[in-house]
Amino acid sequence: MEGYLVDIQHEKLSFFTPAGEVKALNDVSIRMKEGEVLGIVGESGSGKSVTAYSLMGLTADNGKILGGEVNFNGHRMDLMTEKEIRRIRGKEISIIFQDPMTSLNPVYTIGNQIEEAVMVHGDKTRAQAKERAKELLTLVGINEPDKRLRQYPHELSGGMRQRVMIAIALACEPKLLIADEPTTALDVTIQAQILELMNDLKNKLKMGIILITHDLGVVASMCDNIAVMYAGEIVEYGTTDDIFYNPQHEYTKGLLKSIPKFQEKEYSKLVPIEGQPVDLLNPPGGCPFAPRCDSCMKICLERKPGSTEFETVAQDSQNRFINGKHYSRCWLQEKKKFELNEGKEVVR
Amino acid sequence: MDTKKNPLSMQLNVDDFVPATADEKESLVIMRESVGFWKDGFRRFRKNRIAMTAFVVVVVIIILAFIVPVFYPYAYEEQMKGSERLGPMEYSEKEIERMEAGESVFPHFLGTDQNGRDYTIRVLVGARVSMTVGIIASVLILIIGSVYGAVAGYFGGKTDMIMMRIVDVLYTIPDVLIIILLAQVLKFPLQNLSKVPGFGWITALGPNMVSMFLVFALLYWVGMARIVRGQIMVLKQNEYVTAAKALGATNGRIIKKHLITNCIGTLIVTTTLQIPSSIFTESFLSFLGLGVQAPMPSLGSLASNALNGLQTYPEKLFAPAFMIFVIILSFNLLGDGLRDAFDPKMKR
Amino acid sequence: MVKYIVKRVLFGVITAFVVASLTFFIMNLVPGGPFLAEKAVTPQAQAAMEAKYGLDKPLFVQYLTYMGDLLHGDMGMSLKKRGFTVNDIIRNKFPVSARLGGLAVLVAVFFGVPLGSVAAYHRGKIVDNIIIVFSTAGIAIPSFLSSTLLMYVLSVKLKLLPSLGLDDPVSYIMPVAALALYPTSYIARLMRSSMLDVIGQDYMRTARAKGVSTFKAIFKHALRNAILPVVTYLGPLLASLMTGSFIIEKIFTIPGLGHEFVSAIPSRDYPLIMGTTIFLACFIILMNVIVDIAYAFIDPRIKLK
Repeated sequence: MEGYLVDIQHEKLSFFTPAGEVKALNDVSIRMKEGEVLGIVGESGSGKSVTAYSLMGLTADNGKILGGEVNFNGHRMDLMTEKEIRRIRGKEISIIFQDPMTSLNPVYTIGNQIEEAVMVHGDKTRAQAKERAKELLTLVGINEPDKRLRQYPHELSGGMRQRVMIAIALACEPKLLIADEPTTALDVTIQAQILELMNDLKNKLKMGIILITHDLGVVASMCDNIAVMYAGEIVEYGTTDDIFYNPQHEYTKGLLKSIPKFQEKEYSKLVPIEGQPVDLLNPPGGCPFAPRCDSCMKICLERKPGSTEFETVAQDSQNRFINGKHYSRCWLQEKKKFELNEGKEVVR
Repeated sequence: MDTKKNPLSMQLNVDDFVPATADEKESLVIMRESVGFWKDGFRRFRKNRIAMTAFVVVVVIIILAFIVPVFYPYAYEEQMKGSERLGPMEYSEKEIERMEAGESVFPHFLGTDQNGRDYTIRVLVGARVSMTVGIIASVLILIIGSVYGAVAGYFGGKTDMIMMRIVDVLYTIPDVLIIILLAQVLKFPLQNLSKVPGFGWITALGPNMVSMFLVFALLYWVGMARIVRGQIMVLKQNEYVTAAKALGATNGRIIKKHLITNCIGTLIVTTTLQIPSSIFTESFLSFLGLGVQAPMPSLGSLASNALNGLQTYPEKLFAPAFMIFVIILSFNLLGDGLRDAFDPKMKR
Repeated sequence: MVKYIVKRVLFGVITAFVVASLTFFIMNLVPGGPFLAEKAVTPQAQAAMEAKYGLDKPLFVQYLTYMGDLLHGDMGMSLKKRGFTVNDIIRNKFPVSARLGGLAVLVAVFFGVPLGSVAAYHRGKIVDNIIIVFSTAGIAIPSFLSSTLLMYVLSVKLKLLPSLGLDDPVSYIMPVAALALYPTSYIARLMRSSMLDVIGQDYMRTARAKGVSTFKAIFKHALRNAILPVVTYLGPLLASLMTGSFIIEKIFTIPGLGHEFVSAIPSRDYPLIMGTTIFLACFIILMNVIVDIAYAFIDPRIKLK
């Protein structure tokens, strides 16, 4: 689709396991412009990583896209062969993973692994690749690049390794960087450094970022838009301000209640979301969050809610790019509509 | 309104928005029943077709080797004059006479050997001997190896160093040397011992066999000891061991209760895979003439005896050879299946 | 590194010494002797023979004499092969066994590693199943069976290959094939499971995300990690195959060290038993040191100390 870097429409994706079909993505749609930072938030198993991986063709072998479209930068990623995708991967779209401890090959030097990323796409010589590798290390804030290039991953600290992973991802100046929980495995102090680095790089390189995390604090500081995922569905989507100041979905509200707020004067208790995530082997027919929802109604257990759009609260005066859409899938909104039209037939 | 054809155009009414009760919410949550380690493992094992086939084959062989000989019309040491060197399904002149006289004569499916002994029963009894050796040897190896390995791994440091150097020495001494020498050393003491009531079985097995067990017990446990030591070294780092220590548990209790229990999966699998390996060694030793005492057959000694007449009676080699092959193959496949089922790393 | 090697060699020497002493005493404590079997010999002649080889002296004196000679590299004269020193016998026979065993190891690695990798890569597909079946069958056939069956089919029935000796290159085919069957299958199985492990690692996903081709991902990133268990297995494998397999050498009438050693035991050729045992021990130790060093070269995380 024109104008969009990422345009996922109604994507359905399932994993076929010995235990049965796991419906990991259920009608997921995401649009994202160039240079935008999108946060995808949700608990483990909500499909946030699956969405991003399918965008890169990195879905595990037993996973299949069953419907919808996945567009990236003018390519239909869901229709391409592995060979065609390989030319895009690492060049136009890159990824950094959660655990920098295991994401680097232990038997090759840092230099070797960065140079490989440089040389896979394009026709740089070994010497040029080495120069580029040094440049990249400097860019991600690693000093003494000459020495580091000759070191092995086990000789570096976790934060350092994540920087190396970022350097590898940036090797070909991609248009989109997917960061899959980039700070989860790191110490808190290092987390802040890595986020700061990513913020810097975003401004410097003008690339789009999809930040996948379960930490709302992380998205708040970086993202333009946020998609909240639950059980393979996007239950709420909006600008960062929308999500934080005007959450509409009960799950989003629950998430916000469960993060500590230091600025609040009185002691407020953290409220956990009770219950277990749904079993994606047999997803319920209604709203997936219904069994855990405090405001659950009869209809919630039977049918899936439609999408409701809201006025966005984000102001353009903030001088940053905003998609300007805010929608949510919840029966409570339908109920409001129903009450507005009380007495009349509501057909949707 | 036709609700079935188009559920999205269903009419909503006020009842739909009545809050759902906790029971209604509960009824929606279909949790998979949680399964324990063993149950889960057996479930996966049953699904593995190759392993199940191997299991059935092992059971069939056990019936053939241990139960069928009891009812078989011929005995393994029974020499029939005039029936020497019969081919498969052949009858001697005497037997033909008897058959003409109206007697029924049980056929020699695989013929007879040079002493007029029915070859089928010899192969079956040979399988029994080989399997007995394999299983007893594996149990010996399991006990000695796991205790030794557990002690070395648990105490570590100097104890481990010395114990592992002993393993090195044992590993380096040629096993054939020890077996041959032991067989000679033990010959007379064992013959004397066999006259003592209760030790008559020694004559049946022969001193070679007993020394073979001794050698298994003396030498072949080193592999098992190394595996167990490695496992224990990893396991003892776990917090629950520290916790047990802090609570004042004795070393013996920690090894028995916490460490051995936790590597029991590995032990079962390694032992299952040790059985074919022991049968292998037994057949090799019998081939060298160091195995069981004649007239008792083992698969190895049958095969080795058949070598001389290979050109004229190839089936005398093929029958025990096939039996060895099937036994080792099915035990290996069974062991592989158990490993796939019980190794937590393989869990999906 | 140098320190590590020195330490290992030192431990090796100690191990070899313990093995030698153990063997010496076990061997001599067993009833019987080298000259009992020869019926023609009178007691006087037997005593004379024993005196000639110093077997009449107290055991401990014999032990000291032997160890003293061993320090000078002299392993004595064979008692049965008159006129040959043990050193000569090892020097003549070892190369034969080593060549055969070395070839078999090469064959095993050459076929086993790619087969295992291919099986892992095509996990669950037909290729994988075929390789699993053959490799599992391969470790279920004892070498005396594989070699006799090979001989029966190829030389007796089809008359394609010479059945005995090692006179021309073609005659290497059967013994090498018989020797290599088990290790090839074993390496294929080992390689398959370690490759499966490695393919599931995060760094393989990183390689894919970079846009590296499947071929390069497997051969550059996975192979070097996955081959480590095979390298560990190579130590004992090299040691056992290169020092000669008695069975293979007996069946194909090959004049190798394995055959020499096993036939020396019942005939109580003490110096030859001692000599070959010590030689085998040293060889095993040496192979393990080499494998450890190779391991450290392949995996930079391993520090030799």
